[in-house]
Order: sequence, then C-alpha cells, then structure tokens
Amino acid sequence: MSSRDAGLSPAFLRASTSSFSEFLAEVRPELLPAARAGSEDVSHLAPHGTTIVAATFDGGVVMAGDRRATMGNMIAQRDIQKVYPADEFSLVGIAGAAGIAVEMVRLFRVELEHYEKIEGAPLSLDGKANRLAALIRQNLPMAMQGLAVLPLFAGWDQATGQGRIISYDATGGRYEETSFHSVGSGSVFARGALKKLYRPDFDARQAALAVVQSLYDAADDDSATGGPDLTRRIFPIVMIADAHGVDQFDEAEIAAMMDEVVNGRMVRPDGPEAPLTGPPSADDVAGEVLP
Amino acid sequence: MSMMYVAPEQQMKDRADFARKGIARGRSVVVLRYADGICFVAENRSQALHKVSEIYDRIGFAAVGRYNEFENLRIAGIRHADLRGYSYDRVDVTGRSLANSYAQLLGTIFSAGAEKPYEVEIAVAELGTQPSQDQIYRLTYDGSIGDEEQFAVMGGQAESISAAIAADYHDNLDLAGAVRLALRGLEAANRKDAAELDADSLEVAVLDRTRVQPRKFRRIPPGELADLLAAGE
Repeated sequence: MSSRDAGLSPAFLRASTSSFSEFLAEVRPELLPAARAGSEDVSHLAPHGTTIVAATFDGGVVMAGDRRATMGNMIAQRDIQKVYPADEFSLVGIAGAAGIAVEMVRLFRVELEHYEKIEGAPLSLDGKANRLAALIRQNLPMAMQGLAVLPLFAGWDQATGQGRIISYDATGGRYEETSFHSVGSGSVFARGALKKLYRPDFDARQAALAVVQSLYDAADDDSATGGPDLTRRIFPIVMIADAHGVDQFDEAEIAAMMDEVVNGRMVRPDGPEAPLTGPPSADDVAGEVLP
Repeated sequence: MSMMYVAPEQQMKDRADFARKGIARGRSVVVLRYADGICFVAENRSQALHKVSEIYDRIGFAAVGRYNEFENLRIAGIRHADLRGYSYDRVDVTGRSLANSYAQLLGTIFSAGAEKPYEVEIAVAELGTQPSQDQIYRLTYDGSIGDEEQFAVMGGQAESISAAIAADYHDNLDLAGAVRLALRGLEAANRKDAAELDADSLEVAVLDRTRVQPRKFRRIPPGELADLLAAGE
C-alpha cells in the first residue's frame, strides 16, 4: 500500500467537486483508465465484446447482451458479462475493448454512487448520461489506438416517468434513441431484426423476448456474437429498469425463453415472420372502433 | 504584537475547552446496535442538512457540532472509501481504516498551533457480516478514538443520555425498540421547556443487515418513523 492511502491528505478536504473521476484526476491520476496512451495500434492485445441491444416498453426499458468476447478469430471468453446495473435506476452495456470497458463501467458506477452520497440525491438521467459521455471522451486516445469503448446507456427517467436509451460515439457524442437501439459488431443484424419485431405496446417480458430474438439474429450472421450455448446453458444476460429500479431476469426465466426461441427456429430458422404489409390500415382500425 | 509564553498544557486545555463548548451547544446523536444492524438517531429539525450519512456499503457516519466542519469530514470520508474501493476492491474498504484516518486528521488539526480545533464529535459505524463483528467507533475533537460495544452518544448532554439508554439497553432490541430507546435518551437530556421530540424532529437511518443490496445504509422516511414511534404506545 502506498503511503498516500494511509490517511486523509489535505486534498481530500480541499477538493470542491462531487465527481469521483475529477477527484481521481486530482489525487491519483494514474488510476484513470485513459491515463495510459501510447501511439501504435494495440487492438490485437485485448478481447472485444460484441453485441448489446436495448428496447423500451410501456413502463420501462430492457437491455440484453450476448456472452462472447473475441480476440481476432479466437473466442476469448464465452460467458462474459456485458450488461451491468449502473445504479438503482439505470443500466449500461458495453461493446468494444473489454478490459477498458469493464474498468470504465466500474468507474462510472463509483461516479454515480459518489455523487449520490455527497449530494444526498441522485443525478438526473441526463446528468448520468453526460457523465458517461465525459468518461468516453477521456478514452479518445485509447480509441485511436484501436481500443474504443462504445457503451449503450439506458434507464428509467424518474422525472418524466419513462424508459430511455442513449448511445454514444468514440468521441463522447451522445444521442438519444427512440424505441430500440443496438451497438457492437452484430448490431446491424440485431437492429434489423428489432425493426420487424418491435411494438411500442410491449410489456416487460415481450420486450425481453424481442431483444433475445434480435441477439439470436445477430449471432446468426455475425461470427463475433455468441448465440445461445445450449450445451453449457449459457444465455444472454437481460436486465430491466423500471419504476421499481433495476432488476435482472432470472437465469431460469431466460433459459425457458431461449428454449422457446430455439424451438421456434427449429420450424423457421430465420425467426418469427413479420406481415408483408404494415399494421392494419387506418380504415380497418376506424372500422373496428366505430359502429 | 507581543508574544506571550503559554505552557503547552495550558494551550491544550484551552483548545479542548473551546472545542467542548462548541460541541455542547449542539443537539445530540445516538448510534446503537439493534437485532438486525446499527441504528442512527439524531435530533435534527432540518430535512436537508443531515447529521447522519452513508459512507460506503457497510459504513455509516454520524456527527455533532459545527456543520461545515463535520460536512468536510463526511465528504473526505466518502472520498477515502470510494478511492480505496476503486483502487482495491469493495470488500477492502473498512471502518477501522476510515476511523484511523479521521483520528489522524483530527489529532493533527487539534495540535497544530495555527488553526483552531474542529468543534465536532463523530461516529463511524461498520456493519459486520455477523452481529458480533459490528463496530461503532467514536472520535472526539482531539483525535481520541474509542470503540463502543453497544452504543455511542455524542453531543453536549452525552452523559445523561448514555445513563438513560444504558438502563434499558439489551442486545436483541428490534428497530422500533431501538429508536424509541434512543428517543427516550434524547428526551431525558432535554430541558423541561423544550418541545417534545417526534418524527419531524428526528433524523433516523440504519445499516440494515437484512437488506439484499450491497449498500446496507437506508434512511427511515418520516412516515415509517412515525409508525415505529407509535408501535410501542
């Protein structure tokens, strides 16, 4: 243990910030994830996480991630966790350089808790999203070396009473997404699947089913995304944020859901089919409502 | 300006008297163990300026005295705990280490000639995994530190409150019993003309071993507190 950990140095009393990462930059900058940049491409050194999906529903938001991390053509880990609770009401999922991403999530979670303890009240959902953007921005030198981290942030907004999804780019730009979004190598396929599956009137379970279906489609077409591992019983992690806070779907519940998905695909390997024309036309709907 | 020689003994005594007087003006705080954890009860009419606070997963903080000074200590403690937890691991954050750091800091401030001593008394409580591992550390303005077996009382009337609580304390108090015992203690010390204490004039929080979340600290909201106080009547 270094002597600096032994007591409360004057900096602990002097610093005037409620942000843990700013405090860290002041007293122990070497602990920040972004404080070690070189110049060459080092992306081959670290495993990469792949696909994260989130979708809002009536009364909350769900987020799911596959369990694979890859290093080039190798599967580095088959049961990695890529979706985490950020605090009591928000979730963060990570795609990109796994080591840095996990450390960034750890820092982000301390950042939110630190603010809440010092100020006696949690940050707003937008405030949390902006803090995460700042952490990603600090990582830009690493991103330029091939170690980009692209989180997906989602949470229950207590002020407006709705589930929200926020995506980022490597420079820390943040973008509000409506209804659903996906990041990572399989995201194109997952988003395509969700386009056909998503309905705004989903309940929590339907939203969870839709996101695991979309992860199946991502794994179907992207070699870096892991599908359901039926022999080892390794399935996506699915979390939910709603008015009661953050919760994780039981492993048993997800296992049952996955069996349902796989059984359906035994009949139709490409998954549920969407109608060729859109939802009932305005005339049909009017016909149902009006006598 | 003429400098006058003051014997070190006299200097320390003056400083201690100064700090004690400041602390005696404030309202008291009780920290006591109950069946499922550790309970903090503070006489505090403010809803916004807290005397009791969360430091870490299993560590709570309570203070009496000058608000800006103990608020400074509270924030330094949160920084200390979060920094340790981030650079090592969450389980490596201990109440003992925090209490030691506070003792060092308060001792240095007390004996440094230039500054005035802090007019505060603080308690650091840590919830163990087993009740027998629970710890309550009490620290005074000069950096003295002691650990209390059952309960700690801070503030001006600490002695009379302690006497009132010790008379009825036992290890298996439930939460309602612990809160009411602390309240009786605080009332015993109050002047006769003081208003009676109720849910609006108390700040109560617990480190609750039965909580499933890793963060065991929980504030008791006024509604629940009123129910707890009514339970024994």
